[in-house]
Amino acid sequence: MALIKNGAVADDPYTDVADDAVLPDGPVIVSLQRFRVDRDGLLARNTPVGVRLAPDQSPEALAGDQGRLALVVLEFAKFRDGRPFSWARLLRTRLTFAGEIRASGDFLYDQIAFLVRVGFDAFALPPAITPKLFQRALGEMTNVYQPSADGKTTIRQLRG
Amino acid sequence: MYRYDEFDAAFVRERTEQFRFQVERRLKGELNEDQFKPFRLMNGLYLQLHAYMLRVAVPYGTLSAPQLRMLAHIARKYDKGYGHFTTRQNIQYNWPKLKDVPDILAELATVEMHAIQTSGNCIRNVTSDHFAGAAAEEVEDPRPVAELIRQWSSLHPEFSFLGRKFKIAVTASPHDRTALRYHDAGVEIVQNGDGRIGYRISVGGGMGRTPYLSYVVAEFIEKPDLLAYLEAILRVFNESGRRDNIYKARIKILAHTLGATAMRERIEREFGEIKAAGSLDVPETERARIEAYFAPPAFEDLPDMALPQGGALGDWVTSNTHPHRVRGYRIVTISLKPIGGVPGDISHEQLDGVAELLDDFALDELRASHEQNLVLPHVRIEDLPAIFERLTVLGLATPNAGLITDLICCPGLDYCDLANARSITIAQEISKRFADLARQHDIGDLKIKISGCINACGHHHAGHIGILGVDKKGVEYYQLLLGGSAAEDASIGEILGPGFGEHEIVDAVERVVEAYLTLRQPGERFLATTRRLGLEPFRSAAYEEQRHGAD
Repeated sequence: MALIKNGAVADDPYTDVADDAVLPDGPVIVSLQRFRVDRDGLLARNTPVGVRLAPDQSPEALAGDQGRLALVVLEFAKFRDGRPFSWARLLRTRLTFAGEIRASGDFLYDQIAFLVRVGFDAFALPPAITPKLFQRALGEMTNVYQPSADGKTTIRQLRG
Repeated sequence: MYRYDEFDAAFVRERTEQFRFQVERRLKGELNEDQFKPFRLMNGLYLQLHAYMLRVAVPYGTLSAPQLRMLAHIARKYDKGYGHFTTRQNIQYNWPKLKDVPDILAELATVEMHAIQTSGNCIRNVTSDHFAGAAAEEVEDPRPVAELIRQWSSLHPEFSFLGRKFKIAVTASPHDRTALRYHDAGVEIVQNGDGRIGYRISVGGGMGRTPYLSYVVAEFIEKPDLLAYLEAILRVFNESGRRDNIYKARIKILAHTLGATAMRERIEREFGEIKAAGSLDVPETERARIEAYFAPPAFEDLPDMALPQGGALGDWVTSNTHPHRVRGYRIVTISLKPIGGVPGDISHEQLDGVAELLDDFALDELRASHEQNLVLPHVRIEDLPAIFERLTVLGLATPNAGLITDLICCPGLDYCDLANARSITIAQEISKRFADLARQHDIGDLKIKISGCINACGHHHAGHIGILGVDKKGVEYYQLLLGGSAAEDASIGEILGPGFGEHEIVDAVERVVEAYLTLRQPGERFLATTRRLGLEPFRSAAYEEQRHGAD
């Protein structure tokens, strides 16, 4: 599975760790449940920590820790469930989270441009989306009507 | 009316090409139907019983002559020669081929039209008052606000995969012609005690299997804050609306589960943050830019003129024209409800004919109404006879606006994948039964609304008389509802009792109407009589036949 980070193919330094598995060395991704249980130990490790959120888990659960986390993975269980769009935007605006926000799971080519707009900067690409297609998705629509977490200049602003 | 600038034009053009690529991948099998579905829906394309159906957006119902000609052209070239105006001011085509749809959208783009967000779980095409700019009592023309909302909601990055659809209506008149309180969100343009104009916002209305009227969440939102407030509502909905059950996913369920106080608090929290960030403020310059496009036409200084009376023209003037805010002018309703016809259908010849009418009488625009009629908003009284003559030739002069045969109706089982029962045939039978014009005038203001299934596209909950088609073991049955209203006195109709068979329902409607004629007080309209007396007398009238049968 290809990982795209900041628009380019990148290596993934993280190990996604199941709730009952032993923590390996190096950067890890854990579930919200495990983060709650092992929070102090995880943050005391001298290595980046990421938290994985299911579509029904608001990142407000991470409030206060957003400066200590390097990564938040927002899972798409079904591409139709659009809550992660709001979660990413909320992480970037309300929580001013500056780390990596990664989309994983069942998202589609046609959602990529929206995902970038609301604050995702990393994508665990499903097999159907090649890195080349990923780039194509970003160029389909030149201008946008709405402000969002990406800070892109809107049509209203372009109108002056 | 609004004209695209370079940005709007490029946006719609690119959107069309984006959809072309989606269709290509679908035709090649790279997207399966399940994956293709949300994207075709967001471009107005449904898969119906017999074929694809394309729903073209008519934002807030406003159309120009070139746009009408394009709609006629599309009906001829890609469809079977006609289109169908819907209950949300849109027009749909029932027979397009998938491979043609990108070309249809490209042709629409040349006249500044599109099919963006006429379907799907996103913010739908915004609707407004079909008398906008012409009605005497409005605070201001609601369409600039509707256009502002159209742009903000187009391909919204955060709200394109909502739990369910989200419909917004805008009105500026105390007499509501938008079914405002049946919308997910309603924007009423109001004047406050200081004389400032702003917005009263309501949330949580809807039809479907669990009908609700919306309630007010904000009494007065200042003009620059409108989009921030709407965005706040959508955030609450996207984060907290139910995702486990499609029938519980609309904001009406969330709004009525949380209750007004909690809902307001949730919205206010988001609103406060968005407002503080400032990026959604609508500056005066942008409002003025949009408003300029909706400047009223140059009305002539006309003398007060008596309305034509007598004969067919007089009948038509009585029913199908309405007071205008400017002296010497009338608002004209073009009925798309010929006796025994399909409500809302219009042929390509009629579309072209109406375009020609606009040109010949220097009328710059037409409106589509949510009651599936068309409206000429600014007609000189002296032109009424000539316009009536032209409409008569086009078969568009049925003098029944607001009368019992001006009924609204969804496509039903004749076209729709979701329907349980036919609705068009019932509409046609009712129309024929009450064809006599003197009888229609005697009955007066009575709105019948027919849906072929619980999804309520025919607004049966909001009908003075509502009819709901259901399927009972493969047989079509029709439930009768009474007492609904979509106007400023909004209410949800109540089901009278067990359903009627296909051959009984029209008789039952007639018995209810006859009961009203007997029971009414002088000058009392149908809805008022049902509200005064309750359902019981109408129930006994409706079921009279069965009771006799049981004796």
